[in-house]
Amino acid sequence: MTDLTRKSASELVKLLASKQVSSVEVTQAHIDRTNAVDGAVHSYLHTSPESALATAAEIDRKRAAGESLHPLAGLPIAVKDNLTTTDAPTTAGSKILEGWVPQYDATVVSKLRAAGMPILGKTNLDEFAMGSSTEFSAFGPSRNPWDLDRIPGGSGGGSSSVVASFQAPLAIGSDTGGSIRFPAAVTGTVGTKPTYGAVSRYGLIALASSLDQIGPVARNVLDTALLQDVIAGYDKHDSTSLPESLGSMAEAAKKLDVKGMRIGVIKELSGAGFQPGVQARFNESLALLQGAGAEIVEVSCPSFEYAIAAYYLILPAEASSNLAKFDSVRFGLRVTPEGNPTIERVMAATREAGFGPEVKRRIILGTYALSSGYYDAYYGSAQKVRTLIQRDFDAAFAKADVLVSPTAPTTAFKLGEKLEDPLAMYLNDIATIPANLAGIPGMSIPNGLAEEDGLPVGIQLLAPAREDARLYQVGAALEKMHEEVWGKRMIDFAPELEVK
Amino acid sequence: MSEITPDLVRHLAGLARILVTDEEVEKLTSQLSLIVDSVATVNAAVAGDVPATSHPIPMANVFREDEIEPSLTQAEALSGAPDSADGRFRVHAILDED
Repeated sequence: MTDLTRKSASELVKLLASKQVSSVEVTQAHIDRTNAVDGAVHSYLHTSPESALATAAEIDRKRAAGESLHPLAGLPIAVKDNLTTTDAPTTAGSKILEGWVPQYDATVVSKLRAAGMPILGKTNLDEFAMGSSTEFSAFGPSRNPWDLDRIPGGSGGGSSSVVASFQAPLAIGSDTGGSIRFPAAVTGTVGTKPTYGAVSRYGLIALASSLDQIGPVARNVLDTALLQDVIAGYDKHDSTSLPESLGSMAEAAKKLDVKGMRIGVIKELSGAGFQPGVQARFNESLALLQGAGAEIVEVSCPSFEYAIAAYYLILPAEASSNLAKFDSVRFGLRVTPEGNPTIERVMAATREAGFGPEVKRRIILGTYALSSGYYDAYYGSAQKVRTLIQRDFDAAFAKADVLVSPTAPTTAFKLGEKLEDPLAMYLNDIATIPANLAGIPGMSIPNGLAEEDGLPVGIQLLAPAREDARLYQVGAALEKMHEEVWGKRMIDFAPELEVK
Repeated sequence: MSEITPDLVRHLAGLARILVTDEEVEKLTSQLSLIVDSVATVNAAVAGDVPATSHPIPMANVFREDEIEPSLTQAEALSGAPDSADGRFRVHAILDED
């Protein structure tokens, strides 16, 4: 039997349905892979091999009995550790929640369980998803399977590295400013931030509620689509949940046709500041799309210049409010100072000990942006910039069906390289942040390797709100053209990890 | 230049209920100064009459039927608390007694 962990989710689904392999075999293969490589990659904060195998055995039993099953039943998955799970600790990468086991499942987790998907474990992230590298995880960084000295992107570097190192065929991420798409780009994998409200945020430990969106992570576009179809849908527990269905992403990913589609190139997201290899691969993909009958048009989004500034006011403002709940009273850590302290001193000591440097920085920045006297100048202006960015997108989508840009200005940087320079770290997100501010869907797919460092490059696709299907249609078509050019999947270029 | 001073950082950290050491105050003052100078550019972008957007996909009046549904039991709600007693969260004194 060839290695089951190298197979795509769609291949495994067929093998499972035709009973050529059992869910226990598939799940065990991934557990074995984790035992062999995760000491080096550190994708997981917590693994649940026993409960995953129990779910797998249950699905195998039901399949043998001829019961009707969800198409993805028996397919194992990893979940980012900012989603609540009743059977595993949920830390969001923070010491303040170390050891906490939630009393309810996130809606997305409930959907995975209902589909019969074994949950392999909880993946690493920057603390409360604040970061672009996983270096702000309180439990140590994850590493990029392409080069273990480099970052796997963030905040969802656990989910990107877990699929890139074949420890799971699928993973769940969350994206507030690029935390699904940037990790996908630097690890040669696929990730989608769906339209805001397409996937319920119930049970997602909130970072910035008006920007956060849960989405699928995988190694190819069809697998990503299959997962979005499992987790999307209205949820009465999330008041921002979209009531309407956005249709089948898997159907869109099977069209493989871009003829007549208008592809808009965002003028402001190219050229200076983008690594030569990133730009070169991007231009080659435009030529492929054009060759397949798409029309390439240039669009301008002048307000993107202010997107990072607006984002780093809105996000800290919302985060400072959301993270007020970590107060040493209802869950998590409590640190009691000497003497006979008041609750206020206990809270301050707990938050000092429990939060890491980036979280403190953003909470204090958010407190500043919201404080009287500064509110209009900072938070108020940032909200107006948000309107300008939405208008830019509206104008761009009048000329184009899908917009494209490089996902990130550079390939994966080295661990430690930007740790002490918050502004440099923030600039990574220049291409991904506008989609969160506008609530529109975005996807990153592998776009080749940069010749200067041999590392993966991503291309980002953006569509109007509720038109997620367009991303899957164009993404899958481009992926197929790439694989014809490359002769294999991009992930197959990744070096073999040393196994223990 | 921004108005971020060590005293302001201490004040903001107090509002956010985070104890900070002198060393942290020094580091945060310089880092936040840079960040605030950078994000202050939003002011230049919004000259004129631009409405604010607080939410990307506008939705209004999202209600459910007023019916009792299953929720956490008292014991479940208390299960993650650092301290509890008599079915309630137990905390330190709210008022300083000295």
